[in-house]
Parts: sequence; C-alpha cells; structure tokens
Amino acid sequence: MDRRDFLKALGAGMAGAALLDLFSPKDLFAKEAEGKEFFGVLVDTTRCIGCRSCEVACAEAHGLPVPEVGDESIFRTLRKPSATQWTVVNRYRTEKGDVFVKTQCMHCCQPACVAACLVKAMQKHPEGHVTWAKNCMGCRLCMFSCPFDIPKFEYDSPTPTIQKCNLCWDRYKKGEIPACVEACPQEALLFGPRRDLLEEARARIYQHPDRYYHHIYGEHEVGGTSFLYLSPVPFEQIGFRTDLGTKPYPEYTTGFLYAVPFVFVLWPSILLGMGMATKREEED
Amino acid sequence: MEKGRFREIVAFVLQELKPKGKILTPFNVITAPIIVLGGILIVFRLVKGLGATTNLSQDFPWGIWIGFDVMTGVAFAGGAYCLTFVVYILRSEKYHPIIRATVLNGLLAYIFYAGAIFLDLGRWWNIFNPIIGNKFGYNSVLFLVAWHFLLYMLTELTEFSPVIAEWLGLERVRKVLNSLTLGAVIFGITLSTLHQSGLGALLLMAKGKIHPLWYSQFIPVLYLVSSVFAGLSMVIFEGSISHRVFRHQLDEEHHRAHEEILIGLGRACAVTMFAYLFLKALVFVHEHGWLYINSPMGYWYLVEVIGLVLIPAVVFSFGVRARNLFAIKAAALAAMIGIIINRFNYVFIAYKWYLPWGQRYFPSWMEIVITMAIVFAEIWAFRWVVNRMPVLRSSPHVAHEAAEGDNVIGREVTQWKASGM
Repeated sequence: MDRRDFLKALGAGMAGAALLDLFSPKDLFAKEAEGKEFFGVLVDTTRCIGCRSCEVACAEAHGLPVPEVGDESIFRTLRKPSATQWTVVNRYRTEKGDVFVKTQCMHCCQPACVAACLVKAMQKHPEGHVTWAKNCMGCRLCMFSCPFDIPKFEYDSPTPTIQKCNLCWDRYKKGEIPACVEACPQEALLFGPRRDLLEEARARIYQHPDRYYHHIYGEHEVGGTSFLYLSPVPFEQIGFRTDLGTKPYPEYTTGFLYAVPFVFVLWPSILLGMGMATKREEED
Repeated sequence: MEKGRFREIVAFVLQELKPKGKILTPFNVITAPIIVLGGILIVFRLVKGLGATTNLSQDFPWGIWIGFDVMTGVAFAGGAYCLTFVVYILRSEKYHPIIRATVLNGLLAYIFYAGAIFLDLGRWWNIFNPIIGNKFGYNSVLFLVAWHFLLYMLTELTEFSPVIAEWLGLERVRKVLNSLTLGAVIFGITLSTLHQSGLGALLLMAKGKIHPLWYSQFIPVLYLVSSVFAGLSMVIFEGSISHRVFRHQLDEEHHRAHEEILIGLGRACAVTMFAYLFLKALVFVHEHGWLYINSPMGYWYLVEVIGLVLIPAVVFSFGVRARNLFAIKAAALAAMIGIIINRFNYVFIAYKWYLPWGQRYFPSWMEIVITMAIVFAEIWAFRWVVNRMPVLRSSPHVAHEAAEGDNVIGREVTQWKASGM
C-alpha cells in the first residue's frame, strides 16, 4: 500500500464517519423538551352519553362538513375517523351497558408517523400536538406505520392533503382548549398536562374502583399517548388494540438506523481492500 | 472540443434517435398500444388524483405501484450491484460479457420502476423536498431510501457512462469515465446494501399490521439477502431473452460463454436461496411461527416459502448439476414470482390480513395497465440502447486490438483493459 492508496482508504473512512453524524438517530424521539410537559386529553368513557357534540365542535373548528346529530341509527355501524371527520363517537354494547368511545389521533409521545416522515411534515410539538404541514410528499408511510390507523388521505383530490386531529393546535396558540373538550356537556373530556391527567385518572379509579376497569389506556401503550382513556370494561371490548406493546414505535427502526453509519464506514473500506487484493500486476 | 466535432456528435445522436429495424413486430404491436394507453392514464391520474385511478383506500395506503414497481423492481435490479462486485472487486472474467447489459438493466430499472414512485406520491410536486432540504427528515428510513435512490441512479450512470462515451466515439472522455468505475462500484455496492435492506426497514413500524409470520425485526436482512437471488434470477431471465433477441450482435465468444454464465448464476442463486431459507427458519422459530401456521395465512406462507423459494432453490441445484439450462431458467422465473408474492405480502396481502374480504385491496385495471406500460417502456429503452451502444457486442476497438493479440491470455487482457465495463 503506497501513500496514495492509504490516503484513498483514509478518505473513504472519513466520508463514512461524516455520514455517521448525519444519519445517527439522535433526534429520533420527541422529548418532553424544554421542561415542558406534553398536553393531552383524558377521555372518561363512563361519562360519555354519545351526544356527538364533540364531532360537531370539531367540524366547526376546522371547517369540515358538520355532521347531523340526533339520529341514533348511526351507532349501528362502527365508524372510523375520515378525511372529513377527524373524530367520531362509536357505541359498544358491553356487560356494563352501552359504552360510547370517542376516537381520534392519540398524539403519541413518540409517534410512528413523525419517525416515518422523510420531510418532517408530521411534527410532534414540545407541547404534545402532532400536526401535519404542506411540504408533505404524499408518500403515505405515516398511514402505513400508524398503529392506530389515524392519518387519512384525500384520495379524491388531485392536490390531496393528510387529514387528522391536530389537538386544536391553532386554538392552543390562542390560549384556548380543544374544541371537543370545550363542547363536551358531560365533562367526559379533560384537557391538561399529561402528568396531571394521569393523576386525575388514577384518583377516579381509586375513588370508584367498581366503576372503572383498572387500566389507563395510553399511559404506557406504544410508549405513551397524549390521549388517555378510562373504561368500565376491558379495553378490547370497546374497540382498542391491546396487543400493541409498550415500546415506542420509532424504536423499531433504530436498530436499522444505527447500522447505517457502520455500513457506510465498513463497506467502502472492505471493498477497496478487496479490490486492491485482487488487482493484477499488468493493470498498473 | 472544437465546434465541428460537437456538431458531428449532435448530428450522429439525431441520426441514432430514428428507429432501426422492422417496426411492425408482434412485440411492438402488442406493447405500443399499452404504452400509449398507460401514458394517457398517467395524465388522467395526475389530473384526477389517486382515488380516480387506483383502488387504494384509507386502510391500504400502498398498492402495486409500491409493491411491484418499487419494492419488486428494486429487488430485481439487485443483479447490478452483485455482478459489479464479482467483476470489479473479485475481478472474475467469467461474467464480463454480461456486465454492461446488467448495469444498463439496473440503471433503467431504477429510472422507470423507482421513477414510478412519482405517480404514487399524492403530492408529487414536492418530490424534491427531501433532497433540497424542505425539510431533511433524516430520522426517517424513507429519507435514507430516497437519497440512496437518487445517488444510486447517478452511480449506475457513472458505471455505464464509458459505454455512452464509446458510442459517441469520445475516446479521451471514455478513459476519464473509465477511471471512475471502481469508485462508483464501491459506492454503489454500499448504497445498495443499505437501500435494499432499507426498503424492508420501511415496514418495521407496521408491527401489528403485518401478519406475524411475515413480521420480524429481521425484515431488512431478509430483504437484502432476497435481493441477491432476485437480482441474479433477473439477470438469468433477461440474459436468456437478450441472448435470443440480440443474437446477431453477439460474437462467438459470447455464445460460448453464455451457458457457463447461466450455470454459474444458477449456482449463486441456489446458495443464496438456501441461506435465505435458513434465515427464514431462524425467524420462524424466533417468532413462534408454529402458532400461526395452521390457518389460511399459514398455508399462504407455505406457498411462498416452500413453493416459491425452496422448490426453485432445489431446481436451481438440479439444473446446475445436470447442466440443464431449461431447469435454471424455469427456477429463475419461479424465484422471481416468489419475490413478487413476497413483496406483495408485505405491502398489501399479509398487511392487515385481519380485514374482511370486502375491505381488502385489489389493484384496479388502471393500476395494472400503468404498471405494464412502465415495464414495456423500460424494455423499449433497453432495446433502444442495446441496438445502438456497445452493450452486448464487443466495441470495435476491442475486436481490433484483440485481433492483434497473439495468444488467448493477451487477448483477454486486452479486452479487459479496453472495455473497462
């Protein structure tokens, strides 16, 4: 190996090392940054009466088509949030009677959609809100990845956007609470710092151990979510996935992402070395 | 370069743009209308949106444009990084006759199939955002894959560029481009390792939505290993067809080498497929696969792993031992179908397997026609290049120098040096 070859090998190694810094997933996890606590919403399904005021308030607050309420027959089929309806209320028949469950984006503490996004169009704000921005390419990896199947895509538009609950980010900046929380006549929804909501949820379970199933959905699921749920019955009976685990979803890709800089350093060096080893005299 | 020379080249390129050979061949008659229809449908898709053209839904955000064009197309293009490794790093002379065609095929596959991602992007006008920094989502696996696609296309273009220079008769330019080849090959293999596995890593956050027989933390490794035999099977497939279609362009030596090359590639496929099966078995045990095997999805899993991996691997081994080219070609075809099924499983068949039949995804006829149009357009581009540039035939000056060489070794060395590719 002469000096030139040595410098070549060194150059390859250094280029790899530079990429190591670029690709290291140090910012992979949204932290509860700057001493701020994520805001969230506690949904107490034992209090919900299925009036769907939250659906109406949500539509009005975000300029979406306002749904007709009052028709009970809508509860016969289970509905999912859609591109024109960021939140829906479903009815489940259980051993403890009818349970109404509001569904919307869970605003995960470490969201899969944010880790999936290659242009940071999906963003987890330090205040807890997960929002979407217009630099999105429409690749739909966020939809593919979301454990709750929340991001919705406007398939019928030539200029589609991703539609999902943003925890009323615009209202929050004006100092207002989310529209659905404000509209709830039953105080089934409670907005506040996530830590306080957890304390409140625990207190309710302690005070009424018979009324509640002893679990707060969202405390640990997928690493924790900003929306927290209380239920009178086990959560799988009211449409929740209880098999998602407690590992934050972005962590499923960290193993791969950590391997990237290693490959970038090792492969060029090894390949260059092998290429030198097989080089024939007559080629120089 | 003086002006006269430049004008000469422009005139030459314009001359070359005209069609060569018979126009009304059965292949052209069948494919041309599909390409035209596909072109119209692409405009329709861009004007009307994805909902008007595809059967994609809120439950199935990805269909065959991702599952076939991108996921499968990139795996099939894996032959380029494998063979450049064998030819430029290990310096095996044996595969030298097919390296140019393989690199060309890889380059075109990335341009056409990975290019099809443009159609699938809902907001396609933002396609350059991750490149220009609006914004850099560098914690996303897809960010890595997007950059790698772009860089790898440039790398393959660099690897192929001496052929273009040769075609244009730019001897000095060719020498400069030739000197870039080794660097490009090393960079290309590194990029390929990462984005072939990266395509698998995209699926890692769909845990809970991909059937446990397919989901595992080792998907990236499985994607990388399967891209080796997917790519080499494609080389066998494409090589067999090229060998027949472009027969008149090949010299005696190419003809003689053809059989040995196919057998060698078949052997490599068999070995990688058995390694892949071993990994599959490890993952099966690790994920307690037996819990799910006695179910419809379990049988479907066996169809893929036994029917379209194990059996082709056995047929490859048989074909290599018996020197049976038909067996090798048949195994290559079956292995390629296995890869298509495998990628489809991850994207929309084993993905959300729990949804009822009525909510599941089937491609629309427009998705299929556009996909076929892209495949045929790629073949047209391949044919256009092969008929004009020294891809399969030896370049004129190689033949000239070779004739002057006095022995076989000298001749090989001359060809090696001169062709570079």
